[in-house]
Amino acid sequence: MHTFGPGPLEPPQFVRVGEKQRQPVRIVVNGQSVEALAGDTVLVAVLTTRGSLRRSEFGDGDRAGFCLMGACQDCWLWTSDGRRIRSCTTTVAEGLSVVTHPPDNIWPAPA
Amino acid sequence: MAGPRIVVVGAGPAGVRAAERLVESGLKPIVFDEACSCGGQIYRRQPGSFTRSYAELYGADADRAKSIHAAFDRILPSVDYRPNTTVWNISGNELFTAADRQGRVVEFDAAILATGATDRMAPVRGWTLPGVYSLGGAQIALKAQACGIGSKIALLGTGPLLYLVACQYSKAGIDVQAVLDTAPLPAQLLATRQLLAKPGLLMRGVHLRLRLMSKGIPVHNGVRSPEIVGPERVTGVRWRGADGTSESVDADAVALGFHVRSEAQLADLAGCPFSFDEQMRQWRPDCDATGRTPRPGIYLAGDCIRILGGHAAEIAGRLAAISAMADHGIVTAAREAAVLTRRLRSYQRFQKALTNAFPWPEAEIRKLPDDVIVCRCEAITAGELRKAAVVMGAAELNRAKAFSRVGMGRCQGRYCASAAAQILSDARNLPLEAVGRIRTQAPVKPLTIALERVES
Repeated sequence: MHTFGPGPLEPPQFVRVGEKQRQPVRIVVNGQSVEALAGDTVLVAVLTTRGSLRRSEFGDGDRAGFCLMGACQDCWLWTSDGRRIRSCTTTVAEGLSVVTHPPDNIWPAPA
Repeated sequence: MAGPRIVVVGAGPAGVRAAERLVESGLKPIVFDEACSCGGQIYRRQPGSFTRSYAELYGADADRAKSIHAAFDRILPSVDYRPNTTVWNISGNELFTAADRQGRVVEFDAAILATGATDRMAPVRGWTLPGVYSLGGAQIALKAQACGIGSKIALLGTGPLLYLVACQYSKAGIDVQAVLDTAPLPAQLLATRQLLAKPGLLMRGVHLRLRLMSKGIPVHNGVRSPEIVGPERVTGVRWRGADGTSESVDADAVALGFHVRSEAQLADLAGCPFSFDEQMRQWRPDCDATGRTPRPGIYLAGDCIRILGGHAAEIAGRLAAISAMADHGIVTAAREAAVLTRRLRSYQRFQKALTNAFPWPEAEIRKLPDDVIVCRCEAITAGELRKAAVVMGAAELNRAKAFSRVGMGRCQGRYCASAAAQILSDARNLPLEAVGRIRTQAPVKPLTIALERVES
């Protein structure tokens, strides 16, 4: 199972520059509660609290999204019940629970 | 509904104006929008919980953005609007859509494709590091989410957006370390006279540059061999200046982009022929000045044909709507069409000048080291692509894709194909157009396997 790397992946990648008075919304990222704001995309909710979104499946390190307009597919996360979401075009909802690695056993493990 | 069924794909400036023109003639078009509300990328609306004003959000384009949004709100009762809906294939006179887990097949008599554009990318070392975003993406973070992609950013690439996004970030209070433009300054100065085709837009560009100067933000032209420095996330950018000297800046994020490229996949699937545009150095769908394609029933509008920008897209949207209606005997509006066609022409001249001012960095891509990643979806390097070209004998892009997998990943070539064609043509010593273009495959965006077909 992939997890975030230590040290260098802090501090968060994104910084909020306004619109901070919105209603708080709590989501769960890798089992930990994270406070987001109403209207945030899941990508923003994660990247305002951490340094990356997921690990590349091809061994070249962590990724934190790229195009932010639903075209590059580099920001995929998974809901805890195993659904894949494109985090730049998914809006947060109270109680949404996401994981930053594919659910276990989604593909057969290589022998 | 009686009469022909006209559908519009996309709700940016071209799609909105097309739909509006159809409604003016009493039609009720279906409008498919991948976003949750109209505006497209350029006039993207912030979520309802946000409160910034139009002036704050769109600057010099505030009135246009407001006008587009208001126009769509006004016609909403007269259109069948389908937001959050991806059109993922066109076959014959059927269009295939996906919204959440529901798939639909929609028949049409005429389809106006207004699918816009995405950033055109040239790979540089380190461009897959966390903290590197497309220029358009950096702008979306700010406009639609009130976030900066970092607290200390550099902008790298070429094109007018480089300067616009730099100013927007600076205005938002984010530390802009440097603007790094691969276009040489002489090219920009030479193009100034041609840019007078649109004096207002030229002045806007000059104004952006002056604003950067007044804020003390360094602008470097003729940037060579740029590299984004890691190792695990962005820490800076290194490059060589026009005179060959080594330079660098610290940054925790980079906005990267080399102008934009058309999203023409649906036109391709619909069977529109494509031609190579010598000046833009890329393929584009054949389409006359009025939005008609050689494929009956398929009309194109806006940046999905060629990059003329948001203002021109509004004109092209109305034109395509008139063409579709004229071909189906609903209106003629020949005079209106002639006026709109004439107005589009000055944008075409301006666009040519922009391409000269901010050229595609062919020489930079040519000397890209073998170990630099070209395909960010699957981390495939320039060396692997060159091997497919030279050792495995691929002289054409689709063959090179099959051998190397460059262009086969989940972005489906959107962010690698421009550079891959360049690398292939250099490796095989062929003209760029001779290596062809990646054939579009449906679905044009990844779908869930749980997609269930429902009746429309």
